[in-house]
Amino acid sequence: MTEHTTGTATAAVADAPTLATDPGLFTPAPGAAPMWRMVAAQAGMELRVMLRHGEQFLLTMVIPVLLLVGFSLTTVLDVGEGARVDALTPGILALAIMSTSFTGLAIGTGFERRYGVLKRLGATPLSRFGLLAAKTLAVLAVQAIQITVLGVVALLLGWAPTLSPLGVLAALALVLLGTAAFSSLALLMAGTLRAEATLAGANLVYVLLLGLGGVLFPTSSFPGPMEQAVSVLPITALASGLREVLSHGALPGAGAFLVLVVWTAVCGLLASRLFRWE
Amino acid sequence: MDTPALEVVDLVKRYGATTAVTGLSFTARRGAVTALLGPNGAGKTSTIEICEGFRRADDGRVRVLGMDPVTDATALKPRVGVMPQSGGVPTGARAAEWLRLMASFHASPIEPDLLLDRLGLTSAGRTPFRRLSGGQQQRLSLACAVIGRPEIVFLDEPTAGLDPQARMATWDLVSALRTAGVAVILTTHHMEEAERLADHVVIIDHGAVVVDGTPEELTGGRRDVRFSTGAPIDSEALRAALPEGGSVSTVTTGDRHEHTVTPDDPDALGPEFLATVTAWCASAGVLAEDLRVRRRTLEDVFLETTGRELRD
Repeated sequence: MTEHTTGTATAAVADAPTLATDPGLFTPAPGAAPMWRMVAAQAGMELRVMLRHGEQFLLTMVIPVLLLVGFSLTTVLDVGEGARVDALTPGILALAIMSTSFTGLAIGTGFERRYGVLKRLGATPLSRFGLLAAKTLAVLAVQAIQITVLGVVALLLGWAPTLSPLGVLAALALVLLGTAAFSSLALLMAGTLRAEATLAGANLVYVLLLGLGGVLFPTSSFPGPMEQAVSVLPITALASGLREVLSHGALPGAGAFLVLVVWTAVCGLLASRLFRWE
Repeated sequence: MDTPALEVVDLVKRYGATTAVTGLSFTARRGAVTALLGPNGAGKTSTIEICEGFRRADDGRVRVLGMDPVTDATALKPRVGVMPQSGGVPTGARAAEWLRLMASFHASPIEPDLLLDRLGLTSAGRTPFRRLSGGQQQRLSLACAVIGRPEIVFLDEPTAGLDPQARMATWDLVSALRTAGVAVILTTHHMEEAERLADHVVIIDHGAVVVDGTPEELTGGRRDVRFSTGAPIDSEALRAALPEGGSVSTVTTGDRHEHTVTPDDPDALGPEFLATVTAWCASAGVLAEDLRVRRRTLEDVFLETTGRELRD
């Protein structure tokens, strides 16, 4: 056991400075670090924990890449008109965004709350705002990696997006707004439910939205009333908006932005009211 | 320097219908260790969490370094170190990287590698928190509490569940903090810990202070003579044999009889008093086993003040 070897080592090296001979170590010198340094350090930690987490890596990287490659190369699924990879990529990008900013964030935060990490961080000079900023930066960093990887894979599969400067801006705005909507929903679940309920709920919502939300095929293949119903889901708004821009070279309708703004506002407000830190 | 590091006055905390803390008051100095001692459910953790700003008091006043832990939280947090009873670290974070993160929140922290070394955690630096042993997790948590060079630290049961080596390492660290002028407030139900470490002991029960003082004040520096026998003795005859009066009490467990002989005058317990007891045993044909002169311990005080019934 490490415990024992450590104990013996300390006893054997009698000349080494010990706590008793080195009390100056603890002479009080309190003070908070600059805000940017705290946020950068916390964001780096969040990012490393996210990337190291096996299940989360599966969800954020492996599944989207497998879906993209699998359904691009096979014809088992009717993905709509045009080249298969062109039709699939926008929806897969939306799925990747959701897996990080919703599923990953909800589960991670839920267990941090359960293990007293949020409470413990509350006793440090890092403010709640600083913690939220760090989480946001980490989520955006993971998403940047996802978009890069999926973009390269899609290009290798022959993806030919129609890109205009305005289109890129619109796509970026959709991604940021989608991230805000999904993150608010994630924090609402993580801050109010038990960690296990968050784990189950976040995975369930992920699967439901994957099936219903126009990720793999446009929702126009659904019967009319159902298409109407799913159009208010954040994943549908993000996927269809990205599809408009990247596949059709058109600007997304105001509806997609409106849906994401409303989800962000409602979930953000509820989360800020109901979030419990322990 | 004259303002106490911690001042708790008439503190009240309720959870629904139950009142966990019922008008509790004590103060703690800088450069001293204050131990909050009490049975489970006595209100120790509630009190300490109010001092840390995690919970709000329902009534009374708490001042940490002269400031309010809730309204002055931003100014206070860099100056206060906190060790919760358990957890507080993401299970996937590695020991050294988490300590470095805590260090990066402070202006002039202790060098993390140095602190890991002093706490015997260097070899565990790359181990994820969930794979550390219980003792390593506790020491990491302790390191996180002191890394920012705070003026006051709150340690909630810092040695609960530790093996003897890890407990000694924690005691060394607490002593070093005191020498450096840090105010240490710790909770424990480990009597030996309070006796060894504390400059000031606050015994809490049912949410209020029962007694409060230095370990010497609480034990009164009193001694008694204890021995055990395999058969009952004539306690009254032994008491009558004591030269300046005293008392004899007996606790019987199975077929063992444990006797405590206490002189009325604390100064009377000298070599002659002991000789009187053994001489009486010899004349009564009693073999005094495990005979010893013993200082009254905090545990005696604790059991006298909080009673012997079990708590949950």
